[in-house]
Amino acid sequence: MYPDSVVAIVRPIRNPPETLNLQAEAMHNLRYIRDTMENAGSFTAVPGVGGMVMGATALLAALSAHLARSHTAWLTIWAAEAVLALSLGIAFAWHKARRTSTPLMSRPFRRFVLAMAPSFVAGAVLTIELERSGNPQLIPAACLLLYGTGVASAGAFSVRVVPVMGISFLLLGAVAAFTPAVWANALMAAGFGGLHLIFGFIIARNYGG
Amino acid sequence: MGVSQGAKAAIARKPNPEKSPVLVAGGAARALDRIIHDRFRLGVVSALAVSPTLTFSDLKKALNATDGNLSVHARKLEDAGYIACEKKFEGRLPQTVYRLTRKGRTALEAYVTHMEALIRATRSQK
Repeated sequence: MYPDSVVAIVRPIRNPPETLNLQAEAMHNLRYIRDTMENAGSFTAVPGVGGMVMGATALLAALSAHLARSHTAWLTIWAAEAVLALSLGIAFAWHKARRTSTPLMSRPFRRFVLAMAPSFVAGAVLTIELERSGNPQLIPAACLLLYGTGVASAGAFSVRVVPVMGISFLLLGAVAAFTPAVWANALMAAGFGGLHLIFGFIIARNYGG
Repeated sequence: MGVSQGAKAAIARKPNPEKSPVLVAGGAARALDRIIHDRFRLGVVSALAVSPTLTFSDLKKALNATDGNLSVHARKLEDAGYIACEKKFEGRLPQTVYRLTRKGRTALEAYVTHMEALIRATRSQK
């Protein structure tokens, strides 16, 4: 008679191949689901409705900036609008990710943000430097051109309409670079307000939300 | 010298599916939804899970598929009630738009749960 603890527990040296295959297949299938979702979900990081809301706030900012009494107030309003638009973009992207049950920091979203970020940083630095060096008339052109560059680059990872929006910003920026300063506010309104509204509507209508 | 009572009981004991990873894994594999288990159809359902609607050409692009392949598998998913298909016109061009049904979403969620259970069960055996 041996106590139970003495009876050896026999374990296979290797896991049965069936088990290993099942695990590998299950992991492969889950990876495939995630990759497919990321590919299909890469159409628009920020939904069209988000773009439209960003456009609407930009139009309000343009109106406030038009009524501003000093250049500093004008710049402060647009800087606040940039922060607001960025926050709105993140909030709408987060909401879309939640709605579609995909992680916010999915591969396409990360690629989109990484492609866009350098232009944004360059735009912020240039704006500060242009203001500091006494060339504020170039700020609208710099903002529109660099935003357009960012959107056009990031658009390579999105639907075709996104790079088109980027190019539209670039064209408007080019116009802003060669027009008198009195047009600055109108061009900012046309770009950050008008283009966001138009392309937001197109994205919302054609790409669901 | 005989075998202990405990050892006899262990030999006589039938395998418990609740505790045996191999059986759990095998059971889960057998219970898999065959409609969605097909790689291509799984791709269609996964793509539609993250977009409210996708056109035929969107799906073709996302899955790198041919027209014939996509048509056949989309029809099977439609017959199973997992996706819904709507035909409309974009200007003068006919367009087929697909969306995932509630039944399809539930099936995908169940499939993912199955896969996770399989991984857990096989891992616990190591």
